[in-house]
Amino acid sequence: MADGSATLDLADRTREADSPHSPVVRFAAHKPLRLDAGVDFAPLQIAYQTYGTLNAARTNAILVCHALTGDQHVVNDHPVTGKPGWWETMVGPGRPIDTERYFVICPNVVGGCMGSSGPASTNPATGMPWGLDFPVITVRDMVRAQAMLLDHLGIDSLFAVAGGSMGGMQALQWAASYPHRVFASLPIAAATRHSAQNIAFHEVGRQAVMADPDWRGGRYFAEGTNPRRGLAVARMGAHITYLSDAALHRKFGRRFQDRDNPTFSFDADFQVESYLRHQGITFVERFDANSYLYLTRAMDYFDLAGDYDGAVANAFRGAPTRFCVISFTSDWLFPTSESRAIVHGLNAAGARVSFAEITTDKGHDAFLLDEPELFAIVRGFLEGAAKARGLPAR
Amino acid sequence: MLSRLKYDLTMAEAARGPGGSRVDLLVVADMVERGARVLDVGCGDGELLRLLETRGVDGRGIELSREGVNECVAKGLAVVQGDADTDLEDYPDDGFDFVILSQTLQATRRPRVVLEHMLRIGRHGIVSFPNFGHWRIRLQIALGGHMPHTDNLPYAWYETPNIHFCSIKDFRQLCHAVGAKMEQAVALNAWGGRMRLKMPWWFWNLFGEQAVFLLSRQG
Repeated sequence: MADGSATLDLADRTREADSPHSPVVRFAAHKPLRLDAGVDFAPLQIAYQTYGTLNAARTNAILVCHALTGDQHVVNDHPVTGKPGWWETMVGPGRPIDTERYFVICPNVVGGCMGSSGPASTNPATGMPWGLDFPVITVRDMVRAQAMLLDHLGIDSLFAVAGGSMGGMQALQWAASYPHRVFASLPIAAATRHSAQNIAFHEVGRQAVMADPDWRGGRYFAEGTNPRRGLAVARMGAHITYLSDAALHRKFGRRFQDRDNPTFSFDADFQVESYLRHQGITFVERFDANSYLYLTRAMDYFDLAGDYDGAVANAFRGAPTRFCVISFTSDWLFPTSESRAIVHGLNAAGARVSFAEITTDKGHDAFLLDEPELFAIVRGFLEGAAKARGLPAR
Repeated sequence: MLSRLKYDLTMAEAARGPGGSRVDLLVVADMVERGARVLDVGCGDGELLRLLETRGVDGRGIELSREGVNECVAKGLAVVQGDADTDLEDYPDDGFDFVILSQTLQATRRPRVVLEHMLRIGRHGIVSFPNFGHWRIRLQIALGGHMPHTDNLPYAWYETPNIHFCSIKDFRQLCHAVGAKMEQAVALNAWGGRMRLKMPWWFWNLFGEQAVFLLSRQG
């Protein structure tokens, strides 16, 4: 399925991880990233994209946080796939996150494979990719690394931080870790912790990767293999969780793929099978299998109540940040009840919070898609926050 | 909740003051101190919150209807989708200076519990409601023998969102029952005018179409 004549040249495969098509900051060895795992990681590299212009007062910066398999290429064509950026509906000139008004920064998360330090990056001590020698990271570590990037860029405080799914977790963690550096936070389709069901889905994905003989205990770069099939299966399973039954029915139903009758074989008879196989195959071209293990793990470990003495409210007590929490009716991966738990915690902490649930059949992925109500809400929320922050009106 | 209720306004509610704001909302807003922290329970399309914002109030809202919430949030208001009957328990004691139930109480399932939460969460509570003791309503029940059904109360009994109507007299009794202190009360007549303070309660109960109460915890 995902097999093919992949180039197994090491330098070629790690190029985007080490020397990406993005600006990078390489922190010196004496400026390590302190990790929740108890390790000081160095040297840290962060790749990022920016859009728009930072104003003289440095008050109009919006940090966009990407999701599990996203990256820093928010509104520019992807350097590997050539496809448009992943949030072009939301970010850009005249869009809700308006790059004519705001300075947008999106870093690749630590643990990722698009230029920030991750398991596909080269370990300077060995000259080989880190693989499983890369330390396990958390969402809090991702945010800590982003704070180092902002320090480097000379941005003291963010006007806003926004993201969906794992990006929403980061938006929450930002307000918890650095309340005085975040004026507004927009966690979309997020949660205060990763649920047991979601950990279970992630474990299936990881086991699919590890069951691929080409994974080689994570040393596939050194051994010249690539666990494409395992990663593709992981992606296929995960992709189902990003959609909804209604959306799958609307898009595919039980329709056959390029045929009128079943073949009585295990070919992709159904359109939905063909679609999933395509999703799996295209994903492995741009994503590193070990990175997938690390980032799913980081999401699994996310638990605000666990990290802050048993109550979500403790994470936000006294926080001056204003929040806009958004969920989608058909999202069963991060259902509205999870967003409601965020809101309950924020209310208990006395935070200023807006919360809207948007009616859609598009499932978890709705945050990436054309949802006019989502755009109206984000635009209005940012407008109100900009006024409160004293940013000049557009 | 209120986005449906706004079609159910009495004449007094629909009356608008000089600034274009609904008279009942102006009465409520006048009871709120400048700079106060306010929770508006059942905030509808956010009209009261916007009025309060112009007066330097830090306002938050809860609204049941998704359309109402999304409209509010898109206007930059701090409003959450929620249900007064179930979600008030999440709010901490003394979290707000004022908690407002503007035309909301009669649409809750457990008005007494809602009122108790209001007094727990806020230092003050403000409640406005249509007075079911008004003479026209009494007349319809007494002589017509049916639930009141007028241009201003257009819903049939089986589809109205207002499930717990009360009179001014009833509401005063509830205040006593939950230990609420009535600090201020205003009744509005059918034309939205404030009724004179000196009138006895029975007079208000008969001729007030709207009532607005400022409450606080006893003691």
